[in-house]
Amino acid sequence: MVVATATEHLSIAIVGHVDHGKSTLLGRLYADTGSLPDGKLEKVQAICRQQGKEFEYAFLFDAFLEEQEQGITIDTARTFFSWQNRRYIIIDAPGHKEFLKNMVSGAARADAAILVIDAAEGVQEQSKRHGYLLSLLGIRQIAVVVNKMDLVDYREDVYRKVEAEYRAFLASINVTPERFVPASARMGENITEPSQRMPWFSGPTILDTLALFRMDAAPDQAPLRFPLQDVFKFDARRILAGRIAAGTLTVGDRLVFSPSNKTARVRSIEAFNVDPLPLQAVAGQSIGVTLDEQIFVERGEIASHEATLPLVGRTFRGNVFWMGKRPLTTEGEYVLRLSTGEAPCRVTTVHRIIDATELGYVDPKGVVNRNEVAELTIQTRYPIAFDPYSSLATTGRFVLVDEYDVAGGGIITEAVSDEFADLREEARRRDLSWVQGDVGSELRADHYGHRAALVVISGGVPSHQAALARRLESVLVGDGRHAYLLDPENLRQGLDADMLSGDRQESIRRFGEVARLLLDTGQIVICPMRGLLDEDYHAVQTLVHPVPMLVVQVGQTGSEPSSEADIHVSGSDPIEESCGKIMEEMRSRSLLAYALNEKRRFRYANYSI
Amino acid sequence: MTTKVQTNTDTVAHLRALEDQSVYILREAYKHFDDLCMLWSMGKDSTALLWLARKAFFGHVPFPLVHIDTSYKIPAMIEYRDRVAKEWGLNLLIGQNKDALADGMNYTRGRVVCCTALKTNALKQFLAEHSFTGVIMGIRADEEGTRAKERYFSPRDKGGEWDFRDQPPEFWDQYKTSFPKGTHIRIHPLLDWREIDIWEYIRLENIPMIDLYFDRGDGTRYRSLGCAPCTLSIKSTARTIDEVIEELKVTTVAERSGRAQDEGRGMELLRKDGYM
Repeated sequence: MVVATATEHLSIAIVGHVDHGKSTLLGRLYADTGSLPDGKLEKVQAICRQQGKEFEYAFLFDAFLEEQEQGITIDTARTFFSWQNRRYIIIDAPGHKEFLKNMVSGAARADAAILVIDAAEGVQEQSKRHGYLLSLLGIRQIAVVVNKMDLVDYREDVYRKVEAEYRAFLASINVTPERFVPASARMGENITEPSQRMPWFSGPTILDTLALFRMDAAPDQAPLRFPLQDVFKFDARRILAGRIAAGTLTVGDRLVFSPSNKTARVRSIEAFNVDPLPLQAVAGQSIGVTLDEQIFVERGEIASHEATLPLVGRTFRGNVFWMGKRPLTTEGEYVLRLSTGEAPCRVTTVHRIIDATELGYVDPKGVVNRNEVAELTIQTRYPIAFDPYSSLATTGRFVLVDEYDVAGGGIITEAVSDEFADLREEARRRDLSWVQGDVGSELRADHYGHRAALVVISGGVPSHQAALARRLESVLVGDGRHAYLLDPENLRQGLDADMLSGDRQESIRRFGEVARLLLDTGQIVICPMRGLLDEDYHAVQTLVHPVPMLVVQVGQTGSEPSSEADIHVSGSDPIEESCGKIMEEMRSRSLLAYALNEKRRFRYANYSI
Repeated sequence: MTTKVQTNTDTVAHLRALEDQSVYILREAYKHFDDLCMLWSMGKDSTALLWLARKAFFGHVPFPLVHIDTSYKIPAMIEYRDRVAKEWGLNLLIGQNKDALADGMNYTRGRVVCCTALKTNALKQFLAEHSFTGVIMGIRADEEGTRAKERYFSPRDKGGEWDFRDQPPEFWDQYKTSFPKGTHIRIHPLLDWREIDIWEYIRLENIPMIDLYFDRGDGTRYRSLGCAPCTLSIKSTARTIDEVIEELKVTTVAERSGRAQDEGRGMELLRKDGYM
C-alpha cells in the first residue's frame, strides 16, 4: 500500500485594493490546476446563465448571492488547495474599505501573503493600508502580484512603474517584499505557466510564487510563555490548562506565574488517550499540567522560567489599528486582552495617527477613527504580564474590546515605567524568595470557605466609617469567616514609631507589607482608611497583589477619590444594610464561599437516555 | 490481507496542530459560557469533535450534547448514539420540532422547507427552551461556500439569524465571547479541518465510527450522513478507514454532493436563517 508522501501545510492570504482581482486570481488558480471539485465550474456557470450574466472566475468563491451581485468579496473565504506535496489554505480577503475587519481576520492567520495590485489603476489606498496591516499583523513574507496586465498590453514599463512605487512605499514602513510578479488572472497569463505575452519577465509564475514561500520555524528556542487558560478539577487531578505561546515546558521545571509571582514545579503533563504521558511540550501545543504545590493561580497569568520573566506593569506604548463602530477616544473605557489575560484599560495619550494612504502623521485630537492606525499609550486598571512585541510576538500583542466587540488590535512597542515600578519589583523579589509552609492559600481557602481579601473602607464621617469597619468584622466572624480589623492607626505608634512624620510613601509601603502578611494567613482584612489618594490605593494594591482588594466608598465627601471604588454605600444608610451590600459584592466576586471551580452548574452523571 | 497504514510524521504534525487549535477553542468556549452545549449528529465530524472535547477536558465532556432529531435519521445512527453516549458517560439531550412532525412535515413539501422546520426551527426552539448561550458545532470551511466564511465564534441575533455582512474580527486567538442578552454564539472548532483530516485523525486516534461510512458488501457507502430520504450513498468499495482515506486522496467529487438541500442557493438561504 502506498503511504502518503511528506506534506507541508501553509496558509496564504490574498489581499489588496477592491476590484484589483483577488478572487479572480484565486478562481483561476484553482481552475487551471484542476483543483475544483467536479461540477463546481459547471454549477457556477449555470447560475450565471440563469441570471443572464457573464461568468467570472471570482464567482467560484464569492459564495454569498450579494457578493456575486455586487461583484465584491464581503467576507474572507478559506479554501484548500494541494500542489506538489504541499497543502495550502488560501485565504481570499475582501479589498473593500468597508470590510477591513474581515481582511484582518483572514490575513492574521496566514503564514504569507500575496498582495494584488491592478496594473492599470496602480497603487491605491487599500494597497497601502493592507501592506501596513500585514506588517502590524506580523506577516513577514509578502509577494506582490501586478495583475490585469492584459489591460496595459503586457507592457514592461507599466509593470516597472507600479513595482517601483510600491517598493518605495513598503521600504518606508520597513517591509521588504519577497518578489514582484506580473500576471493577468482573467486571461490566465503567468498563473500556472510562464506567459508568452510577457517574454521580458523571467521570474516565477503565481503557482511557483506559492511554492517559494517558506514555513516559519517554530520559536521553540524562545523563553517559555505559558498563559493560563483555565483550571480544571473534573477528577482528583487539578489541571492547569493552556496553550504554550512560546518556548518549551518540561516536567520538573520551576514555573513563575506573572503577575502574581506564585511559583511551583511541574509534576506532570496530563493528556487524554496518550500513553505514556509526555514529558515536554512546546509552543503551539494546548496542554494541561499538574503542579507539586496547590497554589492559587488564575486565568490570565503567564507562566515562565525565573531567569526569563515577562514584564509586569500597567502602562505601555503601542501601535493600534482601530476597527470599532465608534471612534477610540481617551475618554472611553475598554477592555484589553493579551493572550488569556484581561484588564479594563484607558487610552491616556494618542501620540499620533498614522495615515495609511500618505503615511504622514495627522494631528490626533485624542480620537482614533475607524480604519486608522495610531500610536498610543495605554494604562490598564491593574498590572498585567506582557513582552515587547519585538522580543516576543505572541505575548507582545493585544486586542481592545469596546462593549461587546473586539474593536482594535495592537502591538506593544515599549513598557512605560510608572511610579509603582519600584514597589512592583519589591513585591516580585519578596514573593520569589518567600518561604512557604506546607499549607497553601488554596488549602486555607478550602478550610475557611473564603479567599483572602483586603476590604478598604474609605470616605464618610470618621465615626461612621470606623463603625462600619467594626460591624463588618463582627458580621464576618459571626458568620464563621476569618476576618481582622487593621486600623492604620495601630501602625503609627508601633511599627512606624521610628519614622519621621510626613513620609507618606514609606508609611503606605509599610502598611501594604503588613496587610500582605495578614492576607497570607488567609484572612479577610478590613481597613478603615482616611485621606487616601489614588496613588495610595495603587501602591497598596501593588504590594498585596494578587489578593483582591475591594474599595468601599462611604457617602460623597468630594475630597476622597471615588474612581477607584468598587462599592458605594451611603453614609445615611443603616450600617447593617451597608454590611449586607459589601458581603453580597464579595459573594458575587467568589471571595466568599468555596470559590474555586464552583461556577459550573452542570452535573456530570445526568444521563437522560 | 490488510497492512496497517502508519500515518506519516508530517501528517501527524499537521493533525496535532489542528487538534491544538480546536482544543484551545473548546476551552475558550467552556471558560466563557455558563450555558454551553454541543451539537452531535453522530456523523464523522461531530464525533471527531466530541473526541476533541474529551481531549480538551482530559476524558470528560463537561457540557451536554444535543441531538436535533428530525425522526428521519437512519436507524443505525440512533443505536450508535445511545451506545456511545452510555460508554462515554455523556449528558445527551434530544431536540425535536414535535409540532411540525405532528403536522406531518417531510421533505416532499420542499427540502428547504423541511430542513427549516425540522432542523433550523427545532434547534431554535431547543436553544430558547434551555436558554443556551453557546452552541458548539462541527461545521468545516471546506464543506460548502458559506461555511468557508464562518468565524470560530460566530454571533447569532435574537431571531437566531446570521448577519454575514457584519461578522466580528477574529485574530490572534481572540474571540467574540461577550454578547448582548437574547443573542447566542455558535462555536466552530473544526473550521480549519478538511474532510481528509477528519478521517486521518479518526485513524490516528482510533475513534469508533458508525459503519454507514463503509461499504458493507453492496458496493456503496455514505460519505456524508443526514436524513434517510435526502442523503444518497455513493458507489464505493471502501470497507475500512484506510480505504476511505485512499479514496478521498483521488476523488474530485464534492463531499456534500449527496445532500439534496445544497442544490442551488439552498445552503445560503438556510444558513442565513440559522441553519447549522
